[in-house]
Amino acid sequence: MSFNATRPNLLAAPGVAWLATFMVVPCLLVLSYAFFQRGVWGGIEYTFTLENFARVADPLYAKIFLNSARIALTTTAIAILIAYPAAYAISRAPRMRQPILLFFAVLPFWSNYLIRTYAWMVLLNREGLINNMLRSFGYTGEPLSLLYTEAAVITGLVYNYLPFVILAIYSTLSRLNPELMEASRDLGAGPVRTFFRVTLPLSLPGVAAGGVFVFVLSIGNFVTPALLGGGRFQMVGNLVYDQFLTANDWPFGAALGAALIVTMIVLLFVQARATARASGESREAQA
Amino acid sequence: MTGDTATATVAGTPVAARAAGAGAFRRKLPGRVVLLLVFGFLYLPIAVLVMLSFNDSGLPTAWSGFSTRWYSALLGNSDILHAAWNTLVVAIFATLVSTILGTLLALGMETRRRKSNGLEALAFAPMVIPDIVLAVALLTFFSRLGLTMGLHTIIVSHVVFDLAFVCSVVRARLKNFDFSIVEASRDLGASGWTTFWRVTFPVLLPSIVAGALLAFTLSVDEFIIAFFTAGAGRSSITLPMQIYSMIRFGITPEVNALATIVMGVSATALLISQWLNKEQVR
Amino acid sequence: MNAETSPILRIESVAKNFGPVVAVDGVSIDVLENEFFALLGPSGCGKTTLLRMLAGFETPSAGRILLEGRDISPLPPEKRPLNLMFQSYALFPHMTVRQNLCYGLEMERLDKAEIRRRVDETMATTDLTQFADRKPEQLSGGQKQRVALARALVKRPKVLLLDEPLGALDKKLREKMQLELKRMQNEAGITFVIVTHDQEEALVMADRMAILKDGRLLQCGSPEEIYEAPADRFVANFIGVMNFIDGRVTEDRVFEAEGLRLAVVNARPGPATLAARPENIAVGAPGERLAGTIADIAYHGLDRVLHVKTPAAPVPLQVRVPAQGGTAYQVGDALSLKIDPARCRLFAGGGAGAGG
Repeated sequence: MSFNATRPNLLAAPGVAWLATFMVVPCLLVLSYAFFQRGVWGGIEYTFTLENFARVADPLYAKIFLNSARIALTTTAIAILIAYPAAYAISRAPRMRQPILLFFAVLPFWSNYLIRTYAWMVLLNREGLINNMLRSFGYTGEPLSLLYTEAAVITGLVYNYLPFVILAIYSTLSRLNPELMEASRDLGAGPVRTFFRVTLPLSLPGVAAGGVFVFVLSIGNFVTPALLGGGRFQMVGNLVYDQFLTANDWPFGAALGAALIVTMIVLLFVQARATARASGESREAQA
Repeated sequence: MTGDTATATVAGTPVAARAAGAGAFRRKLPGRVVLLLVFGFLYLPIAVLVMLSFNDSGLPTAWSGFSTRWYSALLGNSDILHAAWNTLVVAIFATLVSTILGTLLALGMETRRRKSNGLEALAFAPMVIPDIVLAVALLTFFSRLGLTMGLHTIIVSHVVFDLAFVCSVVRARLKNFDFSIVEASRDLGASGWTTFWRVTFPVLLPSIVAGALLAFTLSVDEFIIAFFTAGAGRSSITLPMQIYSMIRFGITPEVNALATIVMGVSATALLISQWLNKEQVR
Repeated sequence: MNAETSPILRIESVAKNFGPVVAVDGVSIDVLENEFFALLGPSGCGKTTLLRMLAGFETPSAGRILLEGRDISPLPPEKRPLNLMFQSYALFPHMTVRQNLCYGLEMERLDKAEIRRRVDETMATTDLTQFADRKPEQLSGGQKQRVALARALVKRPKVLLLDEPLGALDKKLREKMQLELKRMQNEAGITFVIVTHDQEEALVMADRMAILKDGRLLQCGSPEEIYEAPADRFVANFIGVMNFIDGRVTEDRVFEAEGLRLAVVNARPGPATLAARPENIAVGAPGERLAGTIADIAYHGLDRVLHVKTPAAPVPLQVRVPAQGGTAYQVGDALSLKIDPARCRLFAGGGAGAGG
């Protein structure tokens, strides 16, 4: 435990080895499959080809990709619009109460994803709670088909990832030096202008972190479209799933996975840049 | 205008205090409304599910009386019990391995002289990589090696992200760990090994346990990676996989009861984990 | 001082309590125009709460705050013609130095040219022109401090409030900035109200100061007045070094302590504490007044402080003697002290319980 040069590496070695073997190598392997042809019976033909990547750009699949991106983007925007006021309200609550509020905002995030999605199936079902309530308010028409719609998919995604966005935004808001907001008031800005000129710009790194997270997880999601979209809304995640488990076209599935990873890396990079640009505040807050 | 001010001051403290109180209430109101709405959105679906699990008819249409029959039905469902047992096995082994590896990794990363970007990325990646990608990668890897897949491959796969989460929890504690107490222990004559067990480990223990509980929860709840690495057949099916197959085509009352139990277990584990984290900050 | 001038800022029996905790307890202070005024006290004395009430971040529980005769206590911070220089400087990290300075003027909706002119002017006088396009994180502590000051000054406030403005700087820079602040205050012709816990800082900079303790005002006056005539034992001890001798005043106006008899005027008979500054105790030949032995000698450059053990007080008395020339003292030397009663304070009651 003293600071010598080899001990840290020795300590880290087993974990690093595990991650290298069971994450890095598999990812590289599946990536390499993207460059091979699909065998006649669904196996791999080890012939180099770029055809799989060309197929990702094929209008049929590109449309699914763009559609997923649109759904993910809508989800991200809605999640941020709901999460920001919530995170702001928590950051303004009495210091003692903040950890409790935050804990209960994040708690659903750690419970089972399937169950959280299932809860919405119960609510949105034709026989579900919402239709029931409408009926008890005197609605007599056909029950609304709320389930198996794009709106249902977006609602489910927002619901599932909202806690994380609240957490990300709260963590930047709570690290802001409250004297910055006071300084703005002192210099003559009212509460509204203080919010838009000081608080909001300084909390953008948290918004970006939460947003990227929601986007990446939404675009690659396959459970929510399968359950709440009833399989009618193909998203990239479903497409990957199909290639591996039903169509047995692993090389193409691998190419789709690679496209997802690239999207993720690009977004993480953009987010890191955005955070670095606004970096002053974290240091200022710690001072 | 001046008259008003004069009266206010004559009245003195009570008036001023009441005015301030009303102002504070008006200022706090929007925040409370927002929190009420958001918490309503987050907890209403869960509350409905829990309530339905005690509904005798099991249907969301009407309340037909309190009953625990769906819980009894669960106990009689051997598929679910088998899946629950598998889940427990996977979670326990994955937690054990990932707690040890994750803690060591955290110690290694925090005692390094210089931060290594490669190491940071490696430890961060499992938390952000889309799970479908990791799932197909592992499926490809295991089938390329010609391994028979089953619970063991699920465990190996779960350790990947579990250890990253354990590592990040323990590192958070190490970041404000005063390493001079390690030096003090050495200075007082303890060996490196004794120092670790007598000084470092006790200080880190709450965060290690918190990390382990988190890993356990994640493992119990994980679906996609397990789904891809479980192999064919029903023998190595886990609880989330069982739930998925049950809810795939609609609502089943048994799932309501199962969901309530699963959420209760995760919430308890998280409450303990949170409490331990809080204790260690003090 | 100048009783004719009406105060620019009048704090009128202001009190503030947070729940059951009383932070400020009925404080009344008048701050005069163009004055450098210090609020001084140990941490937790209520000085920062008082300053925050002046700036508008806290509402007084009772009392009024008048600026040029107008009650400003109901106004929110942005409507008050006072500006605060924050302890943490609170520079906006996402704005350059210039943008930080412009911010307050943009809020007044001045036109662009006017803003530019005033910001340029202020940057020139505060030596910031070369840093105009830097972000706060690229500045040193001293530079940040100047930006914070300039950002407040550019608004031309009626009163500038400063919350421990030099707290984050090291000793050397602090001493330089003390004089710098004083100079800027003179040039700008603005009333400064500064909060500090550092008595030396207050003595150097302030025209007048108020000493607070536990939310109460103990004394208000010029540094000389407070140093020479502290109102009570706490103030005497807080400002500068003070020796205390507990004893009693007899019916015939003599202060008596173990080994010491001192004729005093205007003193009521009863227990009392004599307070004497180190420079007001002289060393004489043995046999004169108070006998003692040197327990310790501290060298301070220009002078030496002798710590003299006497029967009169449980702690050694501090006596200041010139470092150069004169007698060479050694620990253990017996000597005799001469206390000048005219330059001492006598606090009735005495005993350690009488004050800090």
